[in-house]
Amino acid sequence: MRFLTFISILMTTALLAYATLDMPDFGDPSSPASTHVSPVYIQEAYEKTATPNIVTAVLADYRSYDTLGETVVIFTAGVVCMMLLRREK
Amino acid sequence: MIRDFEGVIIKTVCRAVTPFIQLYGLYVIAHGHYSPGGGFQGGCILAASLILMALAYDIKEVKKQLSEKLNTIFCSLGVIIYAGIGLLCLILGANYLDYGILYKILPVDAAHARSLGILGVEIGVGFTVMAVMISIFLNIASGGQHEEGEER
Repeated sequence: MRFLTFISILMTTALLAYATLDMPDFGDPSSPASTHVSPVYIQEAYEKTATPNIVTAVLADYRSYDTLGETVVIFTAGVVCMMLLRREK
Repeated sequence: MIRDFEGVIIKTVCRAVTPFIQLYGLYVIAHGHYSPGGGFQGGCILAASLILMALAYDIKEVKKQLSEKLNTIFCSLGVIIYAGIGLLCLILGANYLDYGILYKILPVDAAHARSLGILGVEIGVGFTVMAVMISIFLNIASGGQHEEGEER
């Protein structure tokens, strides 16, 4: 059984390593990520949001749903921690 | 477990430094538009100031400054502020969390309304992060009992 586990992990690793060969090079200017969204953010973020820090504009405006989800995750973590640990005496 | 340290130096320095840490936390939240920072980082700094008090003094001292009830309200208040701003945009006739429409109720143009919307949600994030960090620290440090330290 342990041998089978080892083989399956090895095969998954090889598959994932093979899949990464299709990824664009690091920082490639012609990759899809840097030809569609990034230039638009860099050119339009200031005039559309009046926020000099593009990171903040993307985090809280363009990707606002994502940040709402992150906040709810933190809130859930706090509530669950309270439910599991808090005891009155 | 947290003990009540006898050291006068530790207590005095921590009490003196705490307001400056809190001021810096508010600065990081408010200045997120111009420099690295924002709700998550600023909330963590605000929580660190009260965790420092818990380490230097004890948990009763922290609960004297920020009661458990108020802290729990802060936990949900942040999420309510964030989701409420999104709902306000929806009521005014735009998409959920599309702050541009807020120019209808604010005396600024659409771009600056987006800027203010970002500030609003960062404040909400700051509330939640601060309250949750303090709550998790107090619960884990005392095993959920919250009774380190003597009554004052």
